[in-house]
Amino acid sequence: MPTRLLPRFLTGCAVVLGVITLSFILLHLAPGDPAAQLAGPAATPAQVEALRVELGLDRSAPVQFVSWLGRAVRGDWGVSLATGRPVAGMLGDAWPATALLVTLSLGLSYLLGVAIALLQATGTRRNDTRLSVLTTTLFALPGYWLGTVLVWCFAYQLQVLPAFGAAGLDADFLPPAARLLDRLRHLALPLLTLTLLGVGGAARFVRGALLDVEGAPFLLAARARGVPERRVRLRHLLRNALGPVVTLLGLSLPALFSGAVFVEGIFAWPGVGRILIQAVLARDTPVVLAAVTVSAVLVVLGNLLADLFRTWADPRLTDV
Amino acid sequence: MSDLLRDGRARFGLGVLIVAVAIALLAPLISGRDPAAQGDIVATRFLTPLSTDPAGAFHLLGTDRLGRDVWTRLAHGARVSLTVGFLATLLGLSLGVAVGTVAAVAGAPLRLGLLGLTDFALALPRVVLLLLLAALWQPGSTLVVVVLGLTGWMSVARLVYGEASALLTRPFARAAIALGAGRRRLILRHLLPNTLTPIIVAAALGIGNAITLEAGLSFLGLGVQPPAPSWGGMIASGRDTIVNAPWVALAPGIALVLVVLACTLLGDAIRDQVAGRPAVVG
Repeated sequence: MPTRLLPRFLTGCAVVLGVITLSFILLHLAPGDPAAQLAGPAATPAQVEALRVELGLDRSAPVQFVSWLGRAVRGDWGVSLATGRPVAGMLGDAWPATALLVTLSLGLSYLLGVAIALLQATGTRRNDTRLSVLTTTLFALPGYWLGTVLVWCFAYQLQVLPAFGAAGLDADFLPPAARLLDRLRHLALPLLTLTLLGVGGAARFVRGALLDVEGAPFLLAARARGVPERRVRLRHLLRNALGPVVTLLGLSLPALFSGAVFVEGIFAWPGVGRILIQAVLARDTPVVLAAVTVSAVLVVLGNLLADLFRTWADPRLTDV
Repeated sequence: MSDLLRDGRARFGLGVLIVAVAIALLAPLISGRDPAAQGDIVATRFLTPLSTDPAGAFHLLGTDRLGRDVWTRLAHGARVSLTVGFLATLLGLSLGVAVGTVAAVAGAPLRLGLLGLTDFALALPRVVLLLLLAALWQPGSTLVVVVLGLTGWMSVARLVYGEASALLTRPFARAAIALGAGRRRLILRHLLPNTLTPIIVAAALGIGNAITLEAGLSFLGLGVQPPAPSWGGMIASGRDTIVNAPWVALAPGIALVLVVLACTLLGDAIRDQVAGRPAVVG
């Protein structure tokens, strides 16, 4: 197992490094002067120059990059230009929120997707058509719009769920049980949005994978042996269709994270995506670099996990 | 083509797309109003759909908070959304086809380099890049097209590489190589025509994706700039007034979903047609 994982791990590190380098180059190439922007319109040229030296922006780009990288590896991510808070602290507070949202919605959307696809692949033609229309429509929904509509329905019309944030204003003063409920109520709409977005794509893909396996001789053999239909579907059909599905699960992580960026922005969910949007809009270079790094690491880790899971689902792969 | 039209999905997809393109092309004729025109704002803002303002003008889909006609903005916004989606997909497809076919016929160093580049780009978080690029440069439709194109070629490249390298083992390709066909002739005459169908399917699916992302960037204020109408920008501005005037955000959203759904269904129908699978939705 370790020998199989090592190259994957090294590629992952290379991807993260590449993402960081690319972001740094983009930030550096972008027109405009961060020092002048930070100093504000009232600053004298001397003040702007002093700030530039203080931030280390007067050095050449490669020197800046290497020194940033060196400090980042040691855990010093610098200070946000916009808020003055240490970047490591900001992201340290934010990444569990993103991880929670993304993992839960990924799990839920694939569970639901597999269930819908099983219904489609084994049910009547009519049902298949209806569910196809449903999943394709879900697949076509843009996240920011779906989020807005759900807020309109549940927060304004029905007034049953909070529209934004991760906790109520009084969360710190609630007893533990009520606090948990408060958390769950705040999680509901972002999670629902992200899950609905994922279900369509997942169900469409799993249905394809199931139909590819459906004609296989071993299914006919199992049915001929008198294996109960339920067992055929779960043990023979689903398990063999799982391989490509798990690969897609890993590959869909970047897309899911992208969706999470919009959803976090809409619901003011205190995660990495929201920080990234705010930092990009404010041209807060240290925060952008750090948020990009964290998101790249999350994506690469997800791909590695998918790889592990796939070898578990299909032991034949370990022989290679 | 006639086989394709027997598929309900293809009929729906083509129908919606034709209507959307017609609305976009005929936008000035259909409404005859300026999409940015504001009348007496207090008297004409937040008119409900199907209402007539004091000046006697009819508003099919109502007005937004500045008293602008939502239907007019929707029609003009279709021009932006469809054009950007189409051009971005075209750019992404061209890059993807170029990388995929070249990688298939090239020698090992170039092939491995191109495939590595593709895998690397595929692992990049696309929205992060989009945000970076769109926020740091002057936002605008050209930038959106370039950015969407540059971040959307990888899956096509992989697809085309897979198809093309499988084709290269087929007798007709071997015969062409044996007869002395150069790489350029091999790509243009033998590989491209035979990979056209998967490319068309990828294009149909890609356009929907590109339109959604373009609207997403406009939604964040990083795409097409106001007062030019775009669907994403309309959803963004309608979001603030979703409580008292839900139609401002609902109308462009429904239009967006319909167009993306049409592209997806059309892509599905074409793919199933080619794969020889029976049409599932009919």
